Amino acid sequence: MHTSHAENEANYLKYKGKYKGLLGWILSTDHKRIGLLYLYSIATMFSVGALLGLAMKFELLAPGKTIMDAQTYNATFTVHGVIMIFMIVIPGLPAVFGNFLLPIMLGAKDVAFPKLNLLSWWLYVAGVFLVLSALLFGPGTPDTGWTFYAPYSFKTGTNLLPAVFGAFVLGFSSILTGLNFLVTIHRLRCPGLKWTKLPLFVWTIYGTAWIQLLATPVVGITLVLIALERIFGVGVFDPALGGDPILYQHLFWIYSHPAVYIMILPAMGAISEIIPTFSQKHIFGYKAIIASTMAIAFVGWLVWGHHMYTAGMSGTAQYYFSLLTFIVAIPSAIKVFNWISTLYKGSINVQTPFYWAISFIFVFMIGGLSGLVLGSLATNIYVHDTAFVVAHFHYIVFGGTGFSFFAAMHYWFPKIFGRMYDKAWANIGWLVFFIGFLALYSPMFYLGMMGMPRRYYDYLEEFHGGNILSTFGSWIMVTGLIIIITNLVRSARRGPKAEMNPWHGKTLEWTVTSPPPLENFDEIPVIAEDDGPYNYK
Amino acid sequence: MYSSEVTQASNFVQGVDRAFLIIMGISFLFLIGLTVVMLVFVYKYNKKRNPKPTQIEGSVKLELLWTIVPFVLTLLMFYLGWAEWKPMSKPPKDAMEVTVYGRMWNFSFEYENGRRTDTLYLPKDKPVKLNLVAMDVLHSLYIPAFRVKQDMVPGKKDNFMWFEPQKEGEYELFCAEYCGLQHSYMYTFVKVLEDSTFTNWLTDTTMVASAADVESPTATGRRIMQSIGCFACHSIDGSKLVGPSFKGIWGEEQTVVTGGEKRQITVDEEYIRRSIYDPNADVADGFNKGLMLSYEGQLSDDDINNIIEYLKTLK
Repeated sequence: MHTSHAENEANYLKYKGKYKGLLGWILSTDHKRIGLLYLYSIATMFSVGALLGLAMKFELLAPGKTIMDAQTYNATFTVHGVIMIFMIVIPGLPAVFGNFLLPIMLGAKDVAFPKLNLLSWWLYVAGVFLVLSALLFGPGTPDTGWTFYAPYSFKTGTNLLPAVFGAFVLGFSSILTGLNFLVTIHRLRCPGLKWTKLPLFVWTIYGTAWIQLLATPVVGITLVLIALERIFGVGVFDPALGGDPILYQHLFWIYSHPAVYIMILPAMGAISEIIPTFSQKHIFGYKAIIASTMAIAFVGWLVWGHHMYTAGMSGTAQYYFSLLTFIVAIPSAIKVFNWISTLYKGSINVQTPFYWAISFIFVFMIGGLSGLVLGSLATNIYVHDTAFVVAHFHYIVFGGTGFSFFAAMHYWFPKIFGRMYDKAWANIGWLVFFIGFLALYSPMFYLGMMGMPRRYYDYLEEFHGGNILSTFGSWIMVTGLIIIITNLVRSARRGPKAEMNPWHGKTLEWTVTSPPPLENFDEIPVIAEDDGPYNYK
Repeated sequence: MYSSEVTQASNFVQGVDRAFLIIMGISFLFLIGLTVVMLVFVYKYNKKRNPKPTQIEGSVKLELLWTIVPFVLTLLMFYLGWAEWKPMSKPPKDAMEVTVYGRMWNFSFEYENGRRTDTLYLPKDKPVKLNLVAMDVLHSLYIPAFRVKQDMVPGKKDNFMWFEPQKEGEYELFCAEYCGLQHSYMYTFVKVLEDSTFTNWLTDTTMVASAADVESPTATGRRIMQSIGCFACHSIDGSKLVGPSFKGIWGEEQTVVTGGEKRQITVDEEYIRRSIYDPNADVADGFNKGLMLSYEGQLSDDDINNIIEYLKTLK
């Protein structure tokens, strides 16, 4: 399309506005700069979370005390969970790639409310600092687990309130981002870009945004109730005050289960972009994938009770939640079938993002299929709250979101930074990471089936073997992570200049220069009747 | 699955394991099948071998096929899980009842005749209903070999689980719901005995006495403390756990916090009694309030006298 952008207008990385240097970034309302602000903040927090995870695995290398005492271990898994869930996987793909790409994919100059968008990032940062303050000040690091289950969360002497308030502020960041994206998708599509011509990544952001907007307030309310109870002694959840601890679990999971779909939907969206591009082929079952996205966003609301089969709900509730949990598995399966069918008779260019994408499908299948064991009542009773569950959700949340995040990172990297990374090192990084990932989490399935409960600082001798393998896996995975991040950081500054469309993609972001100009398009593009995000020849 | 040796350890093992195997079997079939198809496609349609892609936008027939087949399979799996779970919520009327107390961080078991233990003794081939009482926070009673688990929710009525042990032996019993500092040490064992051996054990008071050696006040005190779980939080060797160590505590001068103010006390009978019945009144300096619950109604004056005799011996 237009190749002369770079000469007419500075790209968004080089642009100099009212403020210079750091201020030019943290006060910028440009959706692309905000996307990168999220990327850097999330990457920083991810390093902290990963180090905590590494420390936990090291502690579990042998029974008894290895490197830390029980209190430290309990605080470590709590902070690891809070950081990874609330600061990384929930904002994750929507905040980074949604912000960067959504307006460009829609043919728009920015999101609908750029200032609100900047406010969301500021709220995110404020939330992060509030949670971190809980670590550094006060009577002790929170040790309740990221679920803050009552009544333990009311009894512990540790510094829970700042962490809870931080999660509350992070929730607002999420709500505002969702609202912003919804309005943007409804109002700012360029001429000719019908709903049936939207890239699937946009569709998944759309489904996610609804969940962010509607589910997050529930956790906000819950967290406020915790604060009321802790400060004023209002008995809502604590049985000692006449409250009901199971009510807390309901409220918590009404949000936190849909939150899993906040994490996974955009991850599926990114994969739905990468597979067609590298196969040079129209996505298989475009409408089926949209329907399954919206089905997940809708049915995902109604299954939270499967976290509570052993909590003591009524039999009818158990029955209902189990049935719907199985139903919600189907749209995910439909997506997998469509991705694999897209490969059929394609012309596949096997590059780093593609390796990440197919390994995503593999780990996502393991995560999803192990979810069937957990959705079924009798087998859930057996492995609930064991290492099996830990393995399952790391396969989904880290395997799913993480692999997709890296796929997206390697796919859009040349667009974002205008430079290409070292492909050989990127592939090596992927392979090492993939092997480490399997070695780290697979033994946990076995440990869970042996009966090892989760959140265990110490364990009996019979669980030793599986834990050794898992700890080794964590070292391999971190090695892969170091290779990947070093390669990307180095290439963002010194990599060879990237072309405008290195992978021959069809979505709109590939029609603007790399990196994109400040306002994305000189003229708002017009989508012709026979154009489409996957119309390969 | 857990181990072939303990198959049939309870009446639920067979059903749960069958559901597990069928679901895992179907899952593996899909995982391996789809992975192989994916890899074959990646190889066969590599751009070197297939430079020109064929554009296919979809197929309604296939979409229907791979919606309906998983739908039927998931319904089947749902049914399996539900059918095997259903009996778990319906204990037989003639089940033997044992009350389980869970507290940070130990379990204790009370039998119908009032006997209390820290290990769960059960007769073989008799249904047993465990009435679950959580004293402080959430706990979860989990016996992997029996495939059973139930959260213990403070204040919840009708909190129970049931099963029928079917094989003699010793099995692990864990707390599966995170409950704070010593969560991973909150475990004990289930001992399944022949019915007659169990009945002897339950009714034979001389066995209690012989188990406690010569039943001196000291030994009795120690036994009581063991069974109600004092040592989960208080060491007897001077090491610092959640609560102060008992070593050398008798007769010591100690700083305690009473209503926010520090004061000096001597550890005497009165102080020990108060610490057991009203643990948050005087909290030893350097330790947290609110962790220990009152044992009023659970320990008699005699019990406490015995405990004091035992504490005197911990020089």
